[in-house]
Amino acid sequence: MNEAAVPIVEVRGATVRFASDTALDSVDFRMFGGEVHSLMGENGAGKSTLIRALTGARPLDDGTIALDGRTVSLGSPVDAQRHGIRSVYQEIDLLPNLSVAENILLGREPRRRGAIDWRRMRAEASEALLDLGLSIDPASPLGSHSLAVQQLVAIARATSSDMRVLVLDEPTSSLDADEVAELFRIIRELKERGVAILFVSHFLDQVYEICDRITVLRDGALVGEYLTDELLRIDLVQKMLGKDAEALTVRSREPVEVNAPVPVLEARNVSRGVLRSVDLEVMEGEVLGFAGLLGSGRTELARALSGIDRPDSGSIVRQGRRVSLPTPRSAIALGIAYSSENRTAEGIIGQLTVRENIALAIQAERGVVRRLSLRRQRELAASWIEALGIRPASPEAIAGTLSGGNQQKVLLARLLALAPQVLLLDEPTRGIDVGAKVEVQNLVNELADNGMSVVFISSELEEVLRVATRIAVFRGGQVVAIQPTEALASRSLLAIVTQPDDAW
Amino acid sequence: MSTVKVVDAPLGLGPRVRGLLTRRASWIPVLAALGILIALLVAGQSYLGNFLTPRVLSSLLLDNAYLLILAVGMTFVILTGGIDLSVGAVLAFTAILGARLLSEGVPSVLVIPVMLIGGAVIGLLIGSLIQFFDVQPFIASLAGMFAARGLAFLVSLSSIKIEDPTILWLQTKLFYVEGWFLAPTGVIALLVVAAGALVLHFTRFGRTIYAIGGNEQSARLMGLPVVRTKLLAYVISGVCAGLAGVVFSAYQGAGYPLNGIGTELDTIAAVVIGGTLLTGGSGYVIGSMIGVFVYGTIKAAISFLGAEQSWTRITIGALLLIFVVVQRVIVARSSRR
Repeated sequence: MNEAAVPIVEVRGATVRFASDTALDSVDFRMFGGEVHSLMGENGAGKSTLIRALTGARPLDDGTIALDGRTVSLGSPVDAQRHGIRSVYQEIDLLPNLSVAENILLGREPRRRGAIDWRRMRAEASEALLDLGLSIDPASPLGSHSLAVQQLVAIARATSSDMRVLVLDEPTSSLDADEVAELFRIIRELKERGVAILFVSHFLDQVYEICDRITVLRDGALVGEYLTDELLRIDLVQKMLGKDAEALTVRSREPVEVNAPVPVLEARNVSRGVLRSVDLEVMEGEVLGFAGLLGSGRTELARALSGIDRPDSGSIVRQGRRVSLPTPRSAIALGIAYSSENRTAEGIIGQLTVRENIALAIQAERGVVRRLSLRRQRELAASWIEALGIRPASPEAIAGTLSGGNQQKVLLARLLALAPQVLLLDEPTRGIDVGAKVEVQNLVNELADNGMSVVFISSELEEVLRVATRIAVFRGGQVVAIQPTEALASRSLLAIVTQPDDAW
Repeated sequence: MSTVKVVDAPLGLGPRVRGLLTRRASWIPVLAALGILIALLVAGQSYLGNFLTPRVLSSLLLDNAYLLILAVGMTFVILTGGIDLSVGAVLAFTAILGARLLSEGVPSVLVIPVMLIGGAVIGLLIGSLIQFFDVQPFIASLAGMFAARGLAFLVSLSSIKIEDPTILWLQTKLFYVEGWFLAPTGVIALLVVAAGALVLHFTRFGRTIYAIGGNEQSARLMGLPVVRTKLLAYVISGVCAGLAGVVFSAYQGAGYPLNGIGTELDTIAAVVIGGTLLTGGSGYVIGSMIGVFVYGTIKAAISFLGAEQSWTRITIGALLLIFVVVQRVIVARSSRR
């Protein structure tokens, strides 16, 4: 390991306060060149705050940041970029209305005699994208591409210039296995070039695969800095949670003996977008896992089943009766609730409080006239905050300031308040950390035990295997297999998911 | 090496066509506006018989030169996701101020810069309100509108005739060949359109305007100069309003404090008809020019018919409605993808 005497980045006594809360409490943190460093911690541990401070998005209230031994002030993202600190945030923050090339090069476009040189710009962007193994038209608007492609474009933007420090905040949450491998190849290349890389991810496997050093935060304070090789996973998790790892294992479900499983929701011959005449039954009290790669049709089917998108052909059957679901509202009226994979854009309303976010769906169902009283809303919010362990435990906290895992819980609370019989969860654990993940998984099992049918979509096959009682495998817009979980192992599932289409 | 497949265009189209469609999707509303303009001209000709004459077409530019200039400034502001309601009042204010100064013997070489600076200052004030005091663009520019209108009345309550030869020259015909003619005001307007289009397409400032309209927060995180750019957009709109004041003075041969009432709305209508999204981030100056010509053609056709001019407003209103609905459909479709 290339241990230079002076770290590239050295943060001392970093403190950030939000109103009365201390998000970061005199944390020391350092990064060396040519090293991949991971920042680990539960939701709300202060990871995001530290990253924001490092990238100039949120100044420190106290403490110093030194680059190459010299104290600098990072008052804005521009300052940080000038010092060679680049970042790719968890939620993609590019501009869908501009071209791919512009998104990569905006702010440092090649120019000729003062005017932007579009030809060179497209060429440079193409090159940066090819480095990432991505061949798309650099002149196409960014918004016309999938989230995974947009993520890679964001990375191309960060890497296509002289940088010293690269911050990757959950860069892999919307990438499939191939794309992740590709990203790791790029990270290793940058490492060779002496760049200090901060890799933040909730995928422990990935952290152990790529990182040299790990800093653990808990409740805004530093727990310690460790070499990855010397830290066992179980110890890492323990340090992150501050409690025994025993509590972490998912309670395995007793296989419920159902005499004759009753389908509560069915898709018959449904086509829409990539979906090609899909048949599927969701049984009462089961957790049906949807496994498949991005774009395999798992999200599309969930959206068709919950009235978000109308199927082009085919029908949806609820409890044996053919129903039409022109709107999500009509689905909710039939006891079907859907939570989107895109938490920030199609879920949480960041400016509203936790209480308002939770009361939203139930209020919408009642209509504007029968307003929920403030007292009733508070009771509702308080009971869900307690039931799901939402932190901070304040109904009046602004939802946008919560960590990803807690936002997800608020979303779940909103839907559960409707007392649905069928709950469709699209990537409910994306971008949230181990502790919260297990909580969400346990919750899903509990709900199913109480007779609710849950559709659980996740890109993480292990997670689907752990949570689901039955698994529907999607590939190329079709359900290629439906099997009870016991019949599938991680390896065989992976094989079905990734099998090339022509093999069939 | 993994390559990511992009499957979203309808099957059957070749990759070239598909690429062109996704690349140029934001031009579709502009083409729609162009289609409407051509349809209007053709319909006018076949219905009225003597509509498509050099004289009518030339005066289309002459009569709408001031609107064209306002529309260019407005395009900058709307592209950032803002709005500028002050332009009509600023036009009136700078025009009456100019007329007053000229009548008091100040030379036009001084008066014209003063008019432009007047517009710029009001634009800067509106921009500062929006940027530093977090006032909604609608409210900030409404305040600017009242202020400018008040200032106009402060300068003079009645019409002031302009006799300055330089200003009046702006409205003379540079040439007159077989019915075609062109006045300096028209040249100025076309130059402003060209400058606006070039700035938006070829400068960092221009691209930052689009970036802000796409997502201001992202633009900031990308390290783009958001504050400066937004302020400058309103200053540009103000300067355009001042310049429109100059052109309008020449066109009317006088300054009058009640000029330009409702012009801001005509301008916004022209910009929207020209395909610029009111939510910002998508649109072109060329589109706004076409929008102005659509507006001008409807106006000309209605005066040809001898009908009430209120029909202009009604037609524009209907067109605007259609365009806004079409835009919503386009946006809804692209976000569904």
